[in-house]
Amino acid sequence: MSQTRIVEVRAGILKKNDELARALRARFEEAGVYVVNLVSSPGTGKTQFLERTLTELVARGVRTAALVGDLETDHDARRLARSGAPARQINTHGRCHLEAEMIGDFLGEWELSALDFLFIENVGNLVCPASYDLGEALRVALLSVTEGEDKPLKYPTMFNSADVAVITKMDLAEACDFDRAAAHAAIHDVRPGMTILEVSSKRGSGMDDWMTLLHDRRAAWHRRARDGSA
Amino acid sequence: MHELSLAQGIVEQATAAAREANAERVVAVQLKVGRLAGVEPGALRFCYDAATQGTFLEGSRLEIVDVPLVVWCAHCLTTVELPGVQSFRCPTCATPCGEIRQGRELEIASLEIAP
Repeated sequence: MSQTRIVEVRAGILKKNDELARALRARFEEAGVYVVNLVSSPGTGKTQFLERTLTELVARGVRTAALVGDLETDHDARRLARSGAPARQINTHGRCHLEAEMIGDFLGEWELSALDFLFIENVGNLVCPASYDLGEALRVALLSVTEGEDKPLKYPTMFNSADVAVITKMDLAEACDFDRAAAHAAIHDVRPGMTILEVSSKRGSGMDDWMTLLHDRRAAWHRRARDGSA
Repeated sequence: MHELSLAQGIVEQATAAAREANAERVVAVQLKVGRLAGVEPGALRFCYDAATQGTFLEGSRLEIVDVPLVVWCAHCLTTVELPGVQSFRCPTCATPCGEIRQGRELEIASLEIAP
């Protein structure tokens, strides 16, 4: 048997995605568009939350657009377009998550500098999207009251990789015997100090706090970019 | 399951590194996988065998080294290894610890090559 030798490599497996995400992030910063990546399991109400978000932003005169990922169909993009904001569907054809390359491909001819916010609705999946940086400035993990308070403990990587948690379908909380304190504790177990919002996309409760958070985070991001380049 | 994408990434990167080292063949690939990397080792092994078929890595062994989750405790002023990924609290003083120092790794550490 011939002798073998060991060579050190030290290369990230996601190197290609990470490099593309870095380039996207630089492009978004240059254009001044704040990018928000929404992640959750299927059925949490991401699309309804995003539709409400876009509608409220459009009503406030905020320039916004959305990319929405799904395995098949353009149902969500058509639904989101009702808000008046441009929305584009990314069909992954079996892939369980969005990758930076897809984001770059689907931005198409959109004039990014004409946007204040770009929302990315990831594929409904609490596992794989955690590993893929899309160049976003803010990652938001959604959890609905119908899913069980311990979901963050079951999917710690995703909740740990997010910046903000949003608990959705709060209008159903009572019917589900939803234990708020337990849900908050589970989120803080896997991500100490994470900001948590509670919303009902159907009734609109909590949306003002969400709008405030978006504007505050975007303003802070702008300040950092300005100070960083000064 | 994103492990197939990851396996394809391993094939690309390891092939490039092996060719650069003038390898005749790759015997084994050693990976570092953090507890928080979101990777299921069984699924990755399964995909690795499929993704390496017909490539420079065909027939090679995949060795996975688990990297524990290590955080900084601002109270104890030291890094500490957490026993699991469900509770980011210092095992000594119970202070919440969000600052991760280790455990997100997903990288090829080394290759065993012939000759």
